[in-house]
Amino acid sequence: MLDDFFTRALLAGTGVALVAGPLGCFIVWRRLAYFGDTLSHAALLGVALAFLLEVNITLAVFVVSACVSISLLALQRRASLSADALLGLLAHSALALGLVVLAFMTWVRMDLMGFLFGDILAVSRIDIVVIWIGGVVVLGVLALVWRPLFAATVNSELAEAEGMNPERANVVFMLLLAGVIAIAMKIVGVLLITALLIIPAATARPFASGPEQMAVLAAAFGAVSVVLGLFGSLEWDTPSGPSIVVAALLLFVLSISPLTNLMRPGRVFPPGEKG
Amino acid sequence: MSCYNIVALPYSLWHRALQHARPLALQGGLCRRRKMPQTPSPLVTLDRAGIFRAGRWLVRGIGLSIDKGEIVTLIGPNGSGKSTTAKMALGILKPDEGKAERRPGLTVSYVPQKVAIDWTLPLTVGRFMRLTGHVSRAQAERALEATGVSHLGPAEVRTLSGGEFQRVLLARAVARKPDLLVLDEPVQGVDFSSEIALYELIKRIRDDLHCGVLLISHDLHVVMAATDRVICLNGHVCCSGTPTAVASSPEYKALFGARAASTLAVYEHHHDHTHMPDGRVMHADGSVTDHCHPDDGHHHGESHAPRHASAGGESRDAR
Repeated sequence: MLDDFFTRALLAGTGVALVAGPLGCFIVWRRLAYFGDTLSHAALLGVALAFLLEVNITLAVFVVSACVSISLLALQRRASLSADALLGLLAHSALALGLVVLAFMTWVRMDLMGFLFGDILAVSRIDIVVIWIGGVVVLGVLALVWRPLFAATVNSELAEAEGMNPERANVVFMLLLAGVIAIAMKIVGVLLITALLIIPAATARPFASGPEQMAVLAAAFGAVSVVLGLFGSLEWDTPSGPSIVVAALLLFVLSISPLTNLMRPGRVFPPGEKG
Repeated sequence: MSCYNIVALPYSLWHRALQHARPLALQGGLCRRRKMPQTPSPLVTLDRAGIFRAGRWLVRGIGLSIDKGEIVTLIGPNGSGKSTTAKMALGILKPDEGKAERRPGLTVSYVPQKVAIDWTLPLTVGRFMRLTGHVSRAQAERALEATGVSHLGPAEVRTLSGGEFQRVLLARAVARKPDLLVLDEPVQGVDFSSEIALYELIKRIRDDLHCGVLLISHDLHVVMAATDRVICLNGHVCCSGTPTAVASSPEYKALFGARAASTLAVYEHHHDHTHMPDGRVMHADGSVTDHCHPDDGHHHGESHAPRHASAGGESRDAR
């Protein structure tokens, strides 16, 4: 069954989407969309370093993304720059550094497009194993830190006062995000990872009445996007990564259209009093 | 007067005197040295604690302790460091000077001054009750009922009005059955009659759970009668004492009525120095110094109205 490249692509894509959905919810809740972008830009530097040091690409991308998130945490504490300026600085310098390092290595012949936009049709069995094992680990750790992480998302001071450790939860979350970016890069590419994180979560928002529900729905919408996108790309011979993102976008547009308003959970207003 | 009464009267007086004497003994410099053998260590102790931010002290030299079953109220003008002091007691802010100690294994509940729930968060009141720890459904319902918002269980948090949300915050804090309850202006956005009810509720919570309560009052002059100690802050501990004497004063009863007087109290104090907007201190004799010294800072009974300058505004509360 795994001999078929299309089946492998479906397995790899849904595996990534199932992990990206729940993490994407936190990106939406914590308004970290640009942070996801920064990490994925830094992923290209990871790719370049992997070629230079001849190590595993996924590992190198994870390490570089983790370093970027930790340095962001450190910079935010002391620098006088705002968070978005810092993110822009880190994102584009990492991207530029990656491209420059790649250009120096004239002996490396690589498909840059494959890293920028993903090459899901070329995933190997080992890639699938990495994605699913990595995915289970990420989701397992996320389940462990779920309560403190969510509490810190609602109100960091309240969480800290009541004995949670928001700072540790934040660091764990950033490492998880770096992990997801490392395994998702092959599927949709550096430039589109954030879309796979954010769009399914945004699609899930109107249908969810609780955070856990939204995470599950986001994972489901992501998986559906992968399946639709891959079949679409097969049908119309379009690039697979962008097709997945377009499918996710279509689901999002459907979710905010007036037709689906009927399906949303009714908002409960207290009887009699309001305001 | 019967013989029985003659014997009973001195006893009740003695009993009342004891009740009043205990909170009095806790205030001032004496209490720091004193070790009361019959009480276990306090839930929270701040010892000469201070927070230094952006080149100045937000608060400094704060000493306070909260025992089990005790209600301590912090009052003071805007930016006097009430929230900062509470955050030091909670461990959110680490003091740059002095010590902040909490008894290990303490269950703490916190009602922050402001909680902004992002509209992207799907969060019902029921889920919000379980935010930082497990709370059984029955426990949550009982707490919501106690604060008068049991009908809001399935409502989304962001659709609540300010007053409703304030009650939900309080319910969430109570449902955890805390040892220490810290309330930062819990009655803001609540109308006056509900305010009295909420104060009564806080007293009942203290009686039921026998927890320590640190309460920040939004109103400089109105504090709970159930308060054991009032601490007035203005970057430092200005003064502290029991509000009971004030609660029974005829002026207060005339102002708010005898019924309200059993719940609320006016706590008045007089200063012989004024804090100027630049942080310096003008004394009664007209001299100006950089600090006001705890020893000669204030003398009760002198005829100076409290004239705290609201220097710096709310921004002085470190967030």
